[in-house]
Amino acid sequence: MSKRLIELNNISKSFGNNIVLDELNLYIRENEFLTLLGPSGCGKTTTLRIIGGFETPDTGTVTFDGTDITALPPNKRQLNTVFQKYALFTHMNIADNIAFGLKIKGKTDKYIRDKIDYALRLVNLEGYGKRMPDSLSGGQQQRIAIARAIVNEPKVLLLDEPLGALDLKLRQDMQYELIRLKEELGITFIYVTHDQEEALTMSDTIVVMNQGYIQQIGTPEDIYNEPENAFVADFIGDSNIIDGIMLQDELVMFLGTKFACVDTGFGTNKPVDVVIRPEDVILSPPERGSLNGVVTHLIFKGVHYEMEVQAGGYEWLVHSTTMYPVGAEVGLSVDPFNIQIMNKPASEDEEAVAIEE
Amino acid sequence: MKNKSRLLSGPYLFWAISFIIIPFCMIFCYGLTDKSGNLTLANILSIATSEHSKALSLSIELSLIATAICLLLGYPLAAILAHMKNSSGVIIFVFILPMWMNFLLRTLAWQTLLEKTGVINTVLSALHLPTINIINTSGAIVLGMVYNFLPFMVLPLYNSLTKIDENVLNAAADLGANAFQTFYKITLPLSVPGIISGITMVFVPALTTFVISKLLGGSKILLIGNVIEEQFTQAGNWHLGSGLSIVLMIFIIINMLLSAVFDKDGEGSVL
Repeated sequence: MSKRLIELNNISKSFGNNIVLDELNLYIRENEFLTLLGPSGCGKTTTLRIIGGFETPDTGTVTFDGTDITALPPNKRQLNTVFQKYALFTHMNIADNIAFGLKIKGKTDKYIRDKIDYALRLVNLEGYGKRMPDSLSGGQQQRIAIARAIVNEPKVLLLDEPLGALDLKLRQDMQYELIRLKEELGITFIYVTHDQEEALTMSDTIVVMNQGYIQQIGTPEDIYNEPENAFVADFIGDSNIIDGIMLQDELVMFLGTKFACVDTGFGTNKPVDVVIRPEDVILSPPERGSLNGVVTHLIFKGVHYEMEVQAGGYEWLVHSTTMYPVGAEVGLSVDPFNIQIMNKPASEDEEAVAIEE
Repeated sequence: MKNKSRLLSGPYLFWAISFIIIPFCMIFCYGLTDKSGNLTLANILSIATSEHSKALSLSIELSLIATAICLLLGYPLAAILAHMKNSSGVIIFVFILPMWMNFLLRTLAWQTLLEKTGVINTVLSALHLPTINIINTSGAIVLGMVYNFLPFMVLPLYNSLTKIDENVLNAAADLGANAFQTFYKITLPLSVPGIISGITMVFVPALTTFVISKLLGGSKILLIGNVIEEQFTQAGNWHLGSGLSIVLMIFIIINMLLSAVFDKDGEGSVL
């Protein structure tokens, strides 16, 4: 594993009475694509702004490559930011926008010209140097904002919901573009988004945040397959979250039925949350499943059918490539390793667990 | 639908024709004729006489000085107000409060303050300090212009400064610019529409004023506005007054054309 480049230690931040971040601890490794993911107001943007230097934490420290940079103003930090809604300088043409940081640093004209050409090539916008930002589409403006940041050769690029204003198709294209850029540049990306699909597609590491606390840190696979609590399970993708009782190791009961599972160590007769992904629910003709149910809704989604199945007093969300019409009786079953067991939060506070890695 | 909206514009059309277009034509009619009704350029060319050209150049000089002072005072004020965001409403309210008072009254108040035996000198002599002698000087006129027209500079500046996205300034800092560089390279160029608009809003009324010069400049200092006023109210020569008005109009149009050239976005332009 590469070394830790940025470390946030016990960062707290409030705006008025509103606690945005509460004793947050996080480190970012060199050359990592790390995504801060969470709903609006979870503190992800504030975290990014603290790393960028646009907010000062109330308590705690930020270190960069071993040096404390908590009090360092943004113009002295070795990182660059791609802002939400681009924040291009509308009174300058594209070339001047890209050259801004280099001119401040007093680079030579030739160096700046080469860098502009290189950056425009990198973002596939060669020949756009003389255009004004207003004459570019949203996606093009976003790429210029990226180009403007990376010509300064930062060690870390901060991206604050950079694709938020783009339409779906463009957003997907830009995701691949960003992955390619990250690989070509070999630098660290810290990415903020509320879009779980974006996070899963691009990240090496995802940090799921809610209400100022880190809920879970892990690879996209970890986060998706092994959510640590109901919030993460619910936020990442669709989930069936059902109250259950862990009867003993590898046996859980929910909706009045016993299911085999693979989790151990929860004790006996312990109330738990059971998470089952919609694509992990297996539909079969009635009486062949563990539960019987009736299909109540059916939508064709292209890749699969999305069905709602009333079974055992719970409305199951099911994704399946086999279609059962509305009103059909079906049997439901789940493979043991697809049943994810999570401790119920004991209180509101514990719902937002602090994560130690 | 179309006919209805056309009908609705009737009163405005009537207003525009009777109180803007017709008077405008009348100025031109008077300005380009003599008393017996013959076409002549004499009224306009009379600007070349030493009395008139002196008044015009003094008007331009004092208006430019007043505009420059307004800009220097107004920009920092507007910047501070724009930075305060939420609480700025109250301050702006307080700031434009004097504008609720009659313009004449405000200028008369300054006359009372600045007079040789006025409030300021009374206080100064009571404190055994040397008295100031500013009334009836160009300085007093500039003071009056700045006092009366400063809000017209601040408001457009404030508007253009609040429009600048905070993240654009953050981006400049992010790219290594210090506070001065950010101001010089980003804030200032982006506020040009406000600067242009503010300059026009101050320069044009300052150039044409005759009340301020009359009350604070005494009868010794004649601005072009005073000369024109005199022709209408005392000399009774409407033809000469109109002719000189046309000359003044040309200077105002030049000012606006310059604004339009500098303000490409057309945001703050009056034209």
